[in-house]
Amino acid sequence: MEASSVAITILWSLLFVYSMLGSLDFGAGFWGMVYSNENKNTNASVIANKFLSPAWEITNVFLVIFVVSVVTFFPFATTLLSSILLVPVALGLFLLTVRTTFMVFEHYAQRFRTLLRITSGVTGLILPALLVSILPITLGGFVDFENDYPRLHYGELMTHPTLYMHIAFGLSTELFISAVFLMDYAKEAEDWSAYHTFRKHALWLGPVSILVAVLTIGTFPVEADWIVQNIEANWLWFGLSIVFFLIGYSALFLKHRDGKRGFARLAVVSIIIQYGLAIYAYGSAHLPYLVYPDLTVADGFTSASFYPMLIIYAIGFGILIPGFILFWKLFLKDRRYLKQE
Amino acid sequence: MDVVVMARALFGSSLGFHIIYATIGVGLPVMIIIAEILHLIKKDSDYALMARRWTKGFAIILAVSIASGTIVGVMISLLFPNFMEIVGQVIALPFQMEIFAFLIEAVFMSIYLYAADRLPTKLRIVSIFAVALGAIASAVLITDVHAWMNTPAGFRLTPDGGITDVDTWAAFFNPSFVTSALHVVFSAFMTVAFIIASIAALRLLKRNISTEERNYHKKALTIAIYFGLITSLATSINGHETAQKLHEYNPRKLAAAEGLFETTRYAPLSIGGYASLEDQRVKYAIEIPYALSFLAADRFDTEVKGLNEWPQELWPPLYVHILFNVMVGIGSVLIVIAMFAVFWKLVLKKEYPPWMLALFVAGGPLAMIAIEAGWCFSCIGRQPWTITDVLRTGEAATKSGSVGFLFVLFITLYVTLLFATAFILKFYFKRNPVSKDLEKGAS
Repeated sequence: MEASSVAITILWSLLFVYSMLGSLDFGAGFWGMVYSNENKNTNASVIANKFLSPAWEITNVFLVIFVVSVVTFFPFATTLLSSILLVPVALGLFLLTVRTTFMVFEHYAQRFRTLLRITSGVTGLILPALLVSILPITLGGFVDFENDYPRLHYGELMTHPTLYMHIAFGLSTELFISAVFLMDYAKEAEDWSAYHTFRKHALWLGPVSILVAVLTIGTFPVEADWIVQNIEANWLWFGLSIVFFLIGYSALFLKHRDGKRGFARLAVVSIIIQYGLAIYAYGSAHLPYLVYPDLTVADGFTSASFYPMLIIYAIGFGILIPGFILFWKLFLKDRRYLKQE
Repeated sequence: MDVVVMARALFGSSLGFHIIYATIGVGLPVMIIIAEILHLIKKDSDYALMARRWTKGFAIILAVSIASGTIVGVMISLLFPNFMEIVGQVIALPFQMEIFAFLIEAVFMSIYLYAADRLPTKLRIVSIFAVALGAIASAVLITDVHAWMNTPAGFRLTPDGGITDVDTWAAFFNPSFVTSALHVVFSAFMTVAFIIASIAALRLLKRNISTEERNYHKKALTIAIYFGLITSLATSINGHETAQKLHEYNPRKLAAAEGLFETTRYAPLSIGGYASLEDQRVKYAIEIPYALSFLAADRFDTEVKGLNEWPQELWPPLYVHILFNVMVGIGSVLIVIAMFAVFWKLVLKKEYPPWMLALFVAGGPLAMIAIEAGWCFSCIGRQPWTITDVLRTGEAATKSGSVGFLFVLFITLYVTLLFATAFILKFYFKRNPVSKDLEKGAS
């Protein structure tokens, strides 16, 4: 494999990891807000916040890893990407900051809890939608050059149905993945009220998310015909992805011996595989372009310090493994944490 | 205003905002370690309480620090794409390493914050060590890129403006890396020490507090004074080396810092005043004969280059002399305060009178002003270059027209967050005063 292909594969893997973690993170924030009213007979909010409190920082780091990897693996892409993405990404940073700080402040200022929680919950809901809306920009048709300088046509983007389908896709994915995960997390904590709440939401969000995903491809702009063709050529992988969706979704209905419905762990794993397959298949359909038709993967890449960087990645994640294991044990497995009031 | 100025203003204010939180984020974990260790040695529960309360404050600060750090990290690519194009080719390594340092800090901070009571003591201290290590490593690695911008190394420019002969490690260990990194780390330690001293002194100035509470704050003040003295001395010794590096590698910046126009042997040091272009000297300054030459290279006959060696369009703005003086001046005042405080305690063995406590109260904010002045000096003093003698700021910046709107948006955000953090800290610690925690511990 060429070095640039290795680099784009790493980058795409980071995107996959962040899209999963980000969905959990922002989704949990949203569910935490929705069920924060203590009169509702469910612990859903408590469970969501139990996951969110220790995990958000790590999720945030993965966003930074992704951005740094783009710039360091593909420095020749920065000029084009920065020019066209300045406003959407800056708005994303603005929302992310409001969301992060208000979410943390909430735990330290009881009197303003509701205000802080609603602000962070709503900004967290919008964020993935905004981030996903970057995807259609790279497909072609929205970027033009004026005097050699790239410009994003906001008017065309804002009036194109594909933008809104991408946003719907971002929202439904975020909520579906987080609902299924939190259902499993609630089960680990043996909190059945929260379990049933999240299962209920997973049940309707599943079909909605898959329907929106398929429809989104139908709204791609004419200029993006190239990727539609590639997607059709990759039908096998997308088909497999749907198979895993069906497995995961069915797992929500399977009955345990004690009469409770839902094999949560099987559902989570299948749905992560579902998105993994879809994201890699989409990524491979996107090749060879980073931004169609102006920038290919090979154009953006530099090999100047590529191999030292690979070693850094290996060492970095290697060092962190014990940390991740400890984290997993303390926050995802430890009954003392999961059950504490 | 033109786009370049707007881009600089937006990025500069983002960095100026972030550095407040980042500085505390680097220094505070070290203070927490000291409290944890003192608790272990002295078996005094006050130190455990100190560690716990500082951790709460740290968690609030860290949230803003992480968010603003994310802004700065992403925004530099958005606003200075041509700069990042070169960075990506030459000095990508520290950026990559920094993420892992950041990740270590994040993982262990969660562990220390939310699982401290479920961990054995040893593992708890390991966790906070990892947090401090991650924070310090982040600072060192990001400073590496900053140092490289001042003293670029590890590549050659082709005639058409491309980059060739990249030597990753030569770039990494560029001439000013070590001194600059130490300067950032020491000054962060020092600043946090003085902030803690400020808070403790402020509490001690209150009349009606219980003896237990008074003792608690005295212990915090003692840690802060000792740590403050050691780190402020370290900062100044290393600051001296940093200035000598300037003499060696960035003589233009040193000339601007000192307001020296003509190349001179036996150059005097001008303290205070402002550099006047018409008079070609620093006006209203206190002059110490020969001192600048001696400071630059340890000899009185050292030739120090003056600004007139270069065409005026390559000069940084002359007001950097003031920024430099503010930084050095405050640093020196803080050393005196810390020395005096330690002398008072060790030799005179007396209680601090209110006027000394008032001095300590001023110390924290002063230290933070010095940090801001130092960063402004280092970045503005490099102008008109983003990468010294390689890439001009005007060429590095974006040409997008939307920067003005973003500037307003982000300034609003920063101002709001500055007030919000102060308010949340005040609100939280008012509802959970030391006296309440001490009672809880006693019962």
